[in-house]
Amino acid sequence: MTNNRIITANQLTKIFGGFKAVDSISFDVHEGEIFGFLGANGAGKTTAMRMLCGLSMPSSGSATVAGFDVYKEPEKIKRSIGYMSQKFSLYEDLTIKENIRFYAGIYGKSDAFIKDKTAKLLQQLHLGSEANKLVRSLPLGWKQKLAFSVAIFHEPRIVFLDEPTGGVDPVTRREFWNMIYEAAASGITVFVTTHYMDEAEYCNRVSIMVDGKIEALDTPSALKRSLHAASMDEVFLKLARKAVRSGD
Amino acid sequence: MSAIIANNLVKTYGKKKDVMTALHGISFNVEKGELFGIIGPDGAGKTSLFRILTTLLLPDGGNATVNGYDVVKDYRAIRQQVGYMPGRFSLYQDLTVAENLEFFATIFNTSIAEHYDLVRDIYVQIEPFKDRRAGKLSGGMKQKLALCCALIHEPSVLFLDEPTTGVDAVSRKEFWEMLRGLKERGITILVSTPYMDEASLCDRVALIQNGGIMSINSPEGIIASFQKPLFAARTSRMLNMQQDLLQLEGVEECYLCGEYSHVVVKPALDAAQLDSYLRNKGHEAVEVKPVAPNIEDCFMDLMKN
Repeated sequence: MTNNRIITANQLTKIFGGFKAVDSISFDVHEGEIFGFLGANGAGKTTAMRMLCGLSMPSSGSATVAGFDVYKEPEKIKRSIGYMSQKFSLYEDLTIKENIRFYAGIYGKSDAFIKDKTAKLLQQLHLGSEANKLVRSLPLGWKQKLAFSVAIFHEPRIVFLDEPTGGVDPVTRREFWNMIYEAAASGITVFVTTHYMDEAEYCNRVSIMVDGKIEALDTPSALKRSLHAASMDEVFLKLARKAVRSGD
Repeated sequence: MSAIIANNLVKTYGKKKDVMTALHGISFNVEKGELFGIIGPDGAGKTSLFRILTTLLLPDGGNATVNGYDVVKDYRAIRQQVGYMPGRFSLYQDLTVAENLEFFATIFNTSIAEHYDLVRDIYVQIEPFKDRRAGKLSGGMKQKLALCCALIHEPSVLFLDEPTTGVDAVSRKEFWEMLRGLKERGITILVSTPYMDEASLCDRVALIQNGGIMSINSPEGIIASFQKPLFAARTSRMLNMQQDLLQLEGVEECYLCGEYSHVVVKPALDAAQLDSYLRNKGHEAVEVKPVAPNIEDCFMDLMKN
C-alpha cells in the first residue's frame, strides 16, 4: 500500500428527485489498499459506487478515480477499473475461455496478451481441463473465483467488488479473500462491499454509510476501539441502528 | 408426531448423460414448534428440499410428510396448512401491499381480519406503505410483506427459503427476532440460510453441502462435537503467518477468521509452542490464544470428510 490517493471523493452527492441518496461524502482510498465499503441496505452504497465507476453523474461535489474526473472522464475511469458483483459477472452460456476472451476484448487487450495470460490463469485456477465448458456448469465457488480473475484480467488499477462472496461456502469464501490479498499485494486497489462482518476485519480500512452519509471511517481495530466494540459486527450494529431510512 | 419427516429424499435434474444430483438421500425430522435451520452455501440443495416439502416439486426417491400428510399424495392438505416464503420475491409486483395481503387471504378462504393478530407486529411496519405497489418496495419491506402473506392463513408450519440472503446485519437481526416471536406462538419453522452465524438462533440445525446433510444437532451440540484443539493467532503479517503455520508439523488447518486466523492443530501442540515458533520466524506483535470454535469452523471441518 502507498500513500498515493487513487480515489478521492469530496462532498460527493447524488439526489434523485427530493431524495438525497448520497449526502456529501468525502473520503480517500490509497493505492493498493483493501477498502471495505459497508452500510445497511438503502444506505446509499450502490449509488456511491455507481458514481465512482463512472456510471452515474453526481448531483454535486467532486471525485477522481485513478486520477480521472468523474464528470469529465467517465470513459477513462471505466478503462482503469474492474468490476464484479455476486448478482452478475460472467455469461453462463459462454465457456470459461470465451468469457475471458470477451471481457479482455472489451478492454482492448491484444490477442497475444489474451492468449498468454489465459493459459497462465487457467493453470493458476486449476481449470485447464474445464476451459471449454460452459460457465453454467461450474459450482458457484468456482464461478466467483473465475469472475474475480476475469475482473482483474486487464490489469486495472482498481477493482470494485459488490458483495462478491454472498452465499459462497466458508472454505471458498476464504480462498476468495486470499485472492483479494494477492491482488492487493500486486498493487491493485480493492474496493469491496459485504454483509459478512468477519470480512470487514480483513480490510485495511472500512467506511460505514448510514442514511447517505459516511458515519465512520478507519481501520477495523481503531473503529472497535473508538466504539468500545468487541467485533466489527458490534461496530456495524451500533452505527447502523441509528438509521432512519430503510430498505434498498 | 413430528411436524416434518424427510426420509431418504433424492432429487436429480437433467437427462441420462448430464445428470446433476441435487439431493443425495436426505433424512431428518422437525418436531412441532421447533425452529429448525438448514444451513449451507448456494448450490447445497436447500431450495430443492424446500420445494419438495412444500409439494411444488416431486422427489425422485424417498418420501416425506408434513403434519403427517404425504408430500406427493396429500399435497392439497399440505398446501392448506403450510406457509411458504420462496427465496426469490414472488408476490404480485403490480398489486399494492394491501391488495397482495387481501389476495392471499382470499385464496385461503379467510380474511385479513380473521388472523390479523398473527401478522400485526410485522404488518404495522409496512402499513404506512399499504397503497404502494409491491414492486416499488425496498428489499426489507418486500421481505416483511412476503412473510405476512405466508402467515395470513395461520399456517402451522412455515417454510422460509433464505429469507435473509443479501440483507444487512441489522435487518437480519430484526428478522430473526420476528421468527422467535412466531415460534412462541407455536408455529413450526423450517428456515434455510447461507449465513453460518444464524445457526445459533435455531433450536436445531442441519448442515448441508453438495446435496447431503453433514450433521444434525443443536448449535451447542455441533460446536461440542468439534474435538480438535483450536487457536486464534495474529501477528503483524497475517498472510505470511498463515503460510508459516501451515509448514509447522502438527498444524492441520490455518484460515482467516475475522481479525485472527484460526489454527486447527494436533493435540501435541499448544499455544506457547505456536507463539515461540512464530517469533522464531521473525513475526512481531504475536498473539496466540485458545478459542472456542464457531459454526463455520465446524462446517469446514465436516466439509473435509
